[in-house]
Amino acid sequence: MAEVVVQQGRVARTGTRKRGSLRNALGRKSTVAFFLTLPLILLIVLLVLYPAFYSVYLATLNKAMTKFVGLGNFTFLFKRETFWMVVKQSCIFAITAVVFKALIGFIVAHFVHNIPGKKQRKWRGMLLVPWVIPPAMSTLAWLWLFDPSYSAFNYTLSFFGVGPIPWLGDTFWARFSVILVNVWYGAPFFLIMYLAALKSVPDQLYEAAAIDGANWWQRIWYVTLPMMRNIIAITTLFSLIVTFANFDIVRILTSGGPLDTTHLFATWAFQVGIQSSDIPLGACVSLFMVPILAVAAIFILRDVTKRGNEA
Amino acid sequence: MSTVAIDKAGPSRKVKYGSMSRDRAWALRWSYFFLVLFAIFFLTPPVYMLITSLKSSAEISAATNPWWVFHPTLSNYVELLTSNQFLRFFWNSSIVAIVVVIITMLISIPAAFALARMKFWGSATLATGVFLTYLIPDSLLFIPLFKMLAVIQDLTGITLLNRWYVLLFIYPTLTVPFCTWIMIGYFASIPKELDEAALIDGASWLQTLTRIFIPVALPGLIAATIFAFTVSWAQFLYPLVFTTSVDQLVLPVGITTTLIKGDVFNWGQIMTGALLGAAPPLIIYAFLMDYYIAGLTAGATKG
Repeated sequence: MAEVVVQQGRVARTGTRKRGSLRNALGRKSTVAFFLTLPLILLIVLLVLYPAFYSVYLATLNKAMTKFVGLGNFTFLFKRETFWMVVKQSCIFAITAVVFKALIGFIVAHFVHNIPGKKQRKWRGMLLVPWVIPPAMSTLAWLWLFDPSYSAFNYTLSFFGVGPIPWLGDTFWARFSVILVNVWYGAPFFLIMYLAALKSVPDQLYEAAAIDGANWWQRIWYVTLPMMRNIIAITTLFSLIVTFANFDIVRILTSGGPLDTTHLFATWAFQVGIQSSDIPLGACVSLFMVPILAVAAIFILRDVTKRGNEA
Repeated sequence: MSTVAIDKAGPSRKVKYGSMSRDRAWALRWSYFFLVLFAIFFLTPPVYMLITSLKSSAEISAATNPWWVFHPTLSNYVELLTSNQFLRFFWNSSIVAIVVVIITMLISIPAAFALARMKFWGSATLATGVFLTYLIPDSLLFIPLFKMLAVIQDLTGITLLNRWYVLLFIYPTLTVPFCTWIMIGYFASIPKELDEAALIDGASWLQTLTRIFIPVALPGLIAATIFAFTVSWAQFLYPLVFTTSVDQLVLPVGITTTLIKGDVFNWGQIMTGALLGAAPPLIIYAFLMDYYIAGLTAGATKG
């Protein structure tokens, strides 16, 4: 309705006066919309899209950035053992961490869901604290908990007769530790998302399932999971992106050590590109994240638009 | 409908009612038991931060029971809060976070308004593009951005690297896409009749935005503001790459680089600094938890 009114007014005015054309253009809906979105478009184009393509260009230069070497950096990386270790570790890290985050989030969400009313709010508030603390800060606390000589964990474990564990000094334990910290940080996010999803499942479905004689496992498998399918997919894919691109935790906890075995793409790109100032090689390393991120992004987009259509 | 069905089933169920409530009571007890375990897991690091921050260096190196404070002292807090360096980090962080929040709102509210209400050429594509931008991580862009800043610095002679104000331009790339995305969701949920009524009363687009959309979508606006603030407060990679001088650092980078000097870890001060650094988001969270959670879930549920 309103659109018609506005358009009629415009047509009438353009017919009568020519001098008002600039004013008309400014008053036109698409012009207004263009100016309203202009800062957003500029920001995305100049500070996200341009750097993304610039990164591809950088990856084709030599270290001094004076000569075009084509795919030279890529073939150089393929020949390096460290690179393949980073690929392996990034995959181990992202997949293990996301699986455990999703599992813990799912289980804890059910427990919180069981708690009645007011108390539920308190528990939810308490369990979300890891997500609220800036990761750089909380990772420092973990670093201190893992400290080789004053480790609070080893102190506690010594009462159970478990020997001192080299939390960050040994490859296996260092990988375990970075995953543990990431799970600790990310599980509350899953918890909140799943709790919101659980609340949206109508009670009638559970009643119907109970009348049909379904046990709790069948209720989860045939009612809860199908109803939460979309949220689970979006949350998992989103977390996969964030975990795969993680920087803070590994950087502070191990800086990639021992012997580069806990490096992820982000931390290795930082070490190569910024610390060793080989910018093209660093850009090249970080570009290897793109395929996995792109696949996850496509699936998220599909699920989000599907959700939008359902609503 | 459902209440009628339950009433009918009432008498036959009554026999079983006792066992069902007993089942529920046990489920509740188990829930509490496991929740306590998980709460211990989730709260150990922050609690340990607090414990360590109350200890003196002598007590830390004496290697007594790490989970208990025998001689509580506030000396770490006093030392940090009177140190110009630490206050400088805090100041830098606050300025950056507050200005970034303002910039984010100035960009994302008008854009979300346009994308939610004015269907124009490419508006659907742009909305999708905004969402995709939100999925691009910082670790993909820090190297080209670093090089870009260096090139611009060489061309124009304006110092950009190693200056805190450059973060004001970089952080919005992280905050604006998400804030725009959730504001589109909130704006789109406002009934069309409301802004049509305003339009008929002769309100301009600007007046519709400020008098109707912003007040009605205020919860979404608060959620977006909280998100923008926490993201800019917690960001670690960009300031680590772009700033190096001690007086230009923001809190997360400042604590990790200056309080850790070589092999000497002054853990009492590091934990105090980390706790103080975590305090602003925690305080906001404590008072505005519902908005915080609304913002968190909005990304996926408001699409």
